[in-house]
Amino acid sequence: MNRFAELLDRLAYEPGRNNKLRLLVAYFRDVGDPDRGYALAALTGALSFKHAKPGLIRDLIMERADPVLFGLSYDYVGDLSETVALMWPKADLIAHNNPPPPTLTDVVTTLRTLGKTELPKQLARWLDELDETGRWALLKLVTGAMRIGISARLAKTAAAALGDKDPHEIELMWPGLTPPYTDLFAWLEGRGDKPVNLDPAPFRPVMLAHAIEDTDFASLDASDYIAEWKWDGIRVQAVTGRDARGHLIARLYSRTGEDITKSFPDLTPSLHLPGAIDGELLVVRDGRVQSFNVLQQRLNRKVVSPKLTKDFPMHLRAYDLLSDGENDLREVPFAERREKLEAFVQKLDDPRVDLSPTVSFENWEDLREARADPAHAGAGEDAEAVEGVMLKRRDAPYLPGRPKGQWWKWKRDPHIIDAVLMYAQRGHGKRSSYYSDYTFGVWTSAEGGDELVPVGKAYFGFTDEELIEIDRFVRRNTTEKFGPVRHVVHEPEQGLVLEVAFEGLQRSTRHKSGIAMRFPRISRLRWDKPPRDADRLETLEKLLKADTAKNLVTSDGH
Amino acid sequence: MRPQDILSPLPAGLFCKPGNFHIDPVRPVERAVITHGHSDHARAGHGAVLATQETLDIMRLRYGENFAGSTQAVRYGEEIRLGDVTVKFHPAGHVLGSAQIAVSCKDTCIVASGDYKDVRDPTCAPFEVVPCDVFITEATFGLPVFRHGNAADEVKKLLASVALFPERAHLVGAYSLGKAQRVIALIREAGYEAPIYLHGAMEKITHYYQTKGIALGELRAVRGTKKADLAGTITLAPPTATSDIWTRRFPDPVTAFASGWMRVRARARQRGVELPLVISDHADWDGLTATIAATGAGEVWVTHGQEDALVHWCQSKGLAARPLDLVGYGDEEESETLAEGEEA
Repeated sequence: MNRFAELLDRLAYEPGRNNKLRLLVAYFRDVGDPDRGYALAALTGALSFKHAKPGLIRDLIMERADPVLFGLSYDYVGDLSETVALMWPKADLIAHNNPPPPTLTDVVTTLRTLGKTELPKQLARWLDELDETGRWALLKLVTGAMRIGISARLAKTAAAALGDKDPHEIELMWPGLTPPYTDLFAWLEGRGDKPVNLDPAPFRPVMLAHAIEDTDFASLDASDYIAEWKWDGIRVQAVTGRDARGHLIARLYSRTGEDITKSFPDLTPSLHLPGAIDGELLVVRDGRVQSFNVLQQRLNRKVVSPKLTKDFPMHLRAYDLLSDGENDLREVPFAERREKLEAFVQKLDDPRVDLSPTVSFENWEDLREARADPAHAGAGEDAEAVEGVMLKRRDAPYLPGRPKGQWWKWKRDPHIIDAVLMYAQRGHGKRSSYYSDYTFGVWTSAEGGDELVPVGKAYFGFTDEELIEIDRFVRRNTTEKFGPVRHVVHEPEQGLVLEVAFEGLQRSTRHKSGIAMRFPRISRLRWDKPPRDADRLETLEKLLKADTAKNLVTSDGH
Repeated sequence: MRPQDILSPLPAGLFCKPGNFHIDPVRPVERAVITHGHSDHARAGHGAVLATQETLDIMRLRYGENFAGSTQAVRYGEEIRLGDVTVKFHPAGHVLGSAQIAVSCKDTCIVASGDYKDVRDPTCAPFEVVPCDVFITEATFGLPVFRHGNAADEVKKLLASVALFPERAHLVGAYSLGKAQRVIALIREAGYEAPIYLHGAMEKITHYYQTKGIALGELRAVRGTKKADLAGTITLAPPTATSDIWTRRFPDPVTAFASGWMRVRARARQRGVELPLVISDHADWDGLTATIAATGAGEVWVTHGQEDALVHWCQSKGLAARPLDLVGYGDEEESETLAEGEEA
């Protein structure tokens, strides 16, 4: 457990993806089975046991510590598990009878079978045996609050690196594996055969598109491509298969391979034909696709209530077919897959699954016009949920990852405003010596005249050279410092105007302005523009009203 | 005589009326007795200064030749009469030359411990428990969550990281007087023999440690070293420098920070530290409470830090205890700023 705790500790502080990967690979290499397998399970969220409640942890410390000292400590540290881990009294060690600290395997296997009444005693015993970091990791593990910025994908990538394998191979076999994955590690280390995925409805690594640049078109031939709308929803893979007894198993996967079936019980009955569809998850009311803002209200809910499924009915818009239930179609050219998809969707004949239409075009100019006005180019009333067009080569096989030149995404132009830089904060990792996180604001009327109100925060979109320029500006124009945050001069005649691009607006109670931006980034530095000419809050309000009005109309029609 | 008639907190610092001197005064005074060389305790501009030779040397390095009207060096264990009291210096184990000052008047003995730690440090004399009636303790880490653990294990963590990331530079933030030299000595004890690099602001004081016979191995200045040559190396720098433009001369640096504060995650994260090293030159909670008990003092005065918790603990053990309101002392790591021209 202490070695696993050490890993979690390092990962929690390390900002860089590649460095996290290195730490993980080193752990998998140094630590044997079955501990590393349970670690992989913990990091991918594959462990299952009943979590301990914070109240239990609090009771444990109260039996052992002075309440005043606990109160002062908790106030200072701010995190219950961490406070308890740090102030847990040293156990009286009896030299000849000192149990070794528990391994991760001990902890996981014990927790699986432990009764609720035995938990406090067992936890206390472990806390006695572990060091500070070990106690912290144990408490995070048992309370199920292990937030250390590691995705399941990254953990699997690290495991793959151990055997110099492609992480996609692990994704493919993953649904058929169970902790502590000894067969997986045996294969990765060349000691065993490749585990076979016996899952009847496995995930297949997805194919992704490159963003197209204006300069790319010159070298592309329009007749090589098929165009579709790019939907502003959630990319999913809907897979149906038959288990050993012939029962249908249907699953929905996110684009990273996470099984999200449970969140969408209203959609799974519609997946009643064996096959694997690549498509977009959308909310459709009365035949009309809703905006992403509406879809968001359906996501990340712990409980999916009947009311939720009624108000936000889920829909699958299909654009590719990876298997028709009998054959793996991934080597087949896209044009042919598209034909098979059309036949498949027709055969499925379900109101919740339909085909994403193609956009007809002769040349790039046609497509540019369609993209600028989807409503009049076939998208009709669904145009609001279109965020651009997708270009797919007719002869492209379905390749995992982001292969060059096969698929392109051509997004609609983002909203643009000119805002004023107000505060800057230092970045992390490679950027830790640069002020790279920017809070920006727009003008609004206040009692004493116009003032700037913050409307968002962005930390990318600029080039490395621009970062150096902004950093220099921030350092030379700081008016106040608060820890890692600097107040930067923002007066009508003095300050830096940032052109900010964003995808949409939402109401927010978290910001003083009452507005939150979706996907904001710095698109240009306006050294030429004085801050007084930056945009006003009213402009954003108008934009927000336009968005909200559209959503209201659709709700009323319900 | 009541203890508060011997020593009392005044705006300039702790004042001894029967001896007519201040301990670690924060304003210029006629006669100052100084526990150790950190800048919040040892300031320039006093009339006469009584301190250990090392503390006087360190003040001279920092403030120049004329940092005081006159100076007198005192050895550990040496007794000196000042007015109606005697003072005696005992090792505090904090940094080179650091001392606790025992002030005795008639049959009452008060120990002003300054900053101290009760664990091993290869770069200074070990802490000594001094039996007394009143013990004045610091409380920098006066909360039970502060348990510093074994410093050698933290250094192992650093060396493991250096081995795992041989193409990156490791920057260790450490206070330039005491902490930096202790970290270097611990790195050497762990068997690391390659040259260790220094930020310009640490060179003088570190070389002074070497002249006092403390083995620190081969040290080099970062200044003038090529970026590529810093891959796989360890550099010691003042804490403020590790998030400064200065770090851009290092290849993909790993930012470490050696401090007792690193025990608390939020503190480490707030500073953008990637590799927190829990190494402190102050006693941790267990050290503070064990020391208080060992002195046998019936009364405890608690200064700078988390006074509330330590006063509460003393009272729960039946000791008379009160916070001593002294201003001007802080955690040296939080206050260290780079002087002009030191950014090299």
